Amino acid sequence: MEMIVASAIAVLTAGGVYLLLRLRTFPVILGLALLSYAVNVFLFASGRLAIDQSPILSKYGEGVYTDPLPQALVLTAIVISFGMTAVLVMIGLGAYLEAETDKIDIADSPTKEDQA
Amino acid sequence: MHWIILPVVLPALLAPLIGFVMRHDIVLARAASVTGTLLLLGIALFLTGMAADGTTHVYRLGDWPAPFGIVLVLDRLSALMVLLTATLATIVLIHAIATGWDAKGRHFHALFQFQLMGICGAFLTGDIFNLFVFFEVLLIASYGLMIHAGGKERMQAGLQYVVMNLAGSTLFLFALGTLYASTGTLNIADLAVRVAEIPADQAALVRVAVILLMVVFAVKAALFPVQFWLPATYANAPAPVAALFAIMTKVGAYAILRVHTVAFGPGIPGTEGLPGTWLFPAAIVTIAIGAIGVLGARNLLPLIGFSVVGSMGTLLVAVAAFSDTATSAALYYMVHSTFAAASLFLIADLVVTRRMADTLTPLPPTVQNGLFAALFFAGAIAMAGMPPLSGFLGKLLILDAMREPGQMAWTWSVILVGSLLTIVGFARAGSTLFWKSTAIPTPERTVEDDMPPSLSPANPATTLQVAPTMVTLALLGALAIFAGPVSAYLQDTSAQLFDRAGYVSAVLANGGEG
Repeated sequence: MEMIVASAIAVLTAGGVYLLLRLRTFPVILGLALLSYAVNVFLFASGRLAIDQSPILSKYGEGVYTDPLPQALVLTAIVISFGMTAVLVMIGLGAYLEAETDKIDIADSPTKEDQA
Repeated sequence: MHWIILPVVLPALLAPLIGFVMRHDIVLARAASVTGTLLLLGIALFLTGMAADGTTHVYRLGDWPAPFGIVLVLDRLSALMVLLTATLATIVLIHAIATGWDAKGRHFHALFQFQLMGICGAFLTGDIFNLFVFFEVLLIASYGLMIHAGGKERMQAGLQYVVMNLAGSTLFLFALGTLYASTGTLNIADLAVRVAEIPADQAALVRVAVILLMVVFAVKAALFPVQFWLPATYANAPAPVAALFAIMTKVGAYAILRVHTVAFGPGIPGTEGLPGTWLFPAAIVTIAIGAIGVLGARNLLPLIGFSVVGSMGTLLVAVAAFSDTATSAALYYMVHSTFAAASLFLIADLVVTRRMADTLTPLPPTVQNGLFAALFFAGAIAMAGMPPLSGFLGKLLILDAMREPGQMAWTWSVILVGSLLTIVGFARAGSTLFWKSTAIPTPERTVEDDMPPSLSPANPATTLQVAPTMVTLALLGALAIFAGPVSAYLQDTSAQLFDRAGYVSAVLANGGEG
């Protein structure tokens, strides 16, 4: 099982990094989403992988339990990355509508617009 | 004693109130925002007074004992940073209101308060995961402020800024996961205990986490090789926002100071010397990039952005020594460079809105050319590190603290040559903007009809518009005049930071305030 989880994280991260390096907004957003999935699974794994265990110490059990803290961390991370992705989509859309291109690079125009 | 959580709670309550209730009434929003920021300044002063006696105050949220619950920790360093934030925020807010920037888009004041909440929280927290959450709060507010007032270039630069920081946040989570897997805790004080117990030959995973965390904080602090977002972001953000962002880079420097000193600092076998080894060369390269950028910039705002990169390099060189004296020099320079960068952005705002362009080319002189030239001159002196303002003393303290044979040659030569290049860059920019411009005759300007007279570009700056810049420069002057008491206080601050046992016992002791 460690192998499956580890390779899942690896594939998600590799895909995320590849997409992050693209030059258009949409693939970059997808890449960040993939990276956040990868990190969520990774955070889960940081509390050791345990199957069929209760998330709290049971006074009847043998003292084996799955660590509840990473689950709380993952929940926070999911909420934050979800919100951030939404903001990013809106800003990406705004930039696309303003510039009429979804290229990430800023065109180096000789006469730069004034800041006002 | 609930004072410690007030810098977080006050803006957190005020921001939604401004955002929802006062969204259509700019006057009300301004009043509430200014009142809130002044209250924050008062609280920050009180907290500084509370921390000045050297006790480490701990606030347990929900009264859960430390490694299990989340704690806020107030010591001299965090009090200093909160005070710095509140002072800068007051100045920037008055500038933004006086120049009308806050009315050019929506929700400026709500985002501003959320930004303050995130920054103050990041300075006060004693838990690394909580630090991540406050980073996200301050970042999401900064995304909104960065694209405030919109525009093509600003949206595109804003997109780059957001993507860069989201990638940084992902890396932060990877670092936290690694750290939790290897130590089983995310409380900074508890980390210090657990990491110290790990023998050097089993610390590989912790060392990975240390470097990952450092990369994350380096993104915030604009350190080489992840400094490239800063000039484009600062140049395209609204200038008052860029001035506020002067504290954002300091959040990264503070996080390195706090986490890498308390938890992975000198004397811990598993991570001995690791942060400094990597931080030092990166900071040296950052100074060089900043100086070359200042020399090569063709526009005013990127030029100031590069000078901020250079100042972050100077600051982190001193941080990288992870020693008592170098850290107190770094803290002095941190206070100085925050106000120096802010003052330059505020002056640039006054100049650029009147020139209608931020290119470094001679254009017809604006009104009050002499006043702006004098202000820019003072700001440039501060940033480049010339007497009589505090930049000179800050750099002198850093050079004086970096006397170890391995560091001295690199630090002294790069800081001194970098300062020279910065002086040349600023002198060229200033003479083009203010001096050569006087040779060009002033054409008739058409005042746009829809603008109120006080905001129209051709008009002279009002007292209220110039006052924030003047106050910032006065603060730099005061920092130089009172360098003795200030650096004595900062020596105590850095001594407290390096007293890891004191921090750990204060946080992990049972029973506390709140």
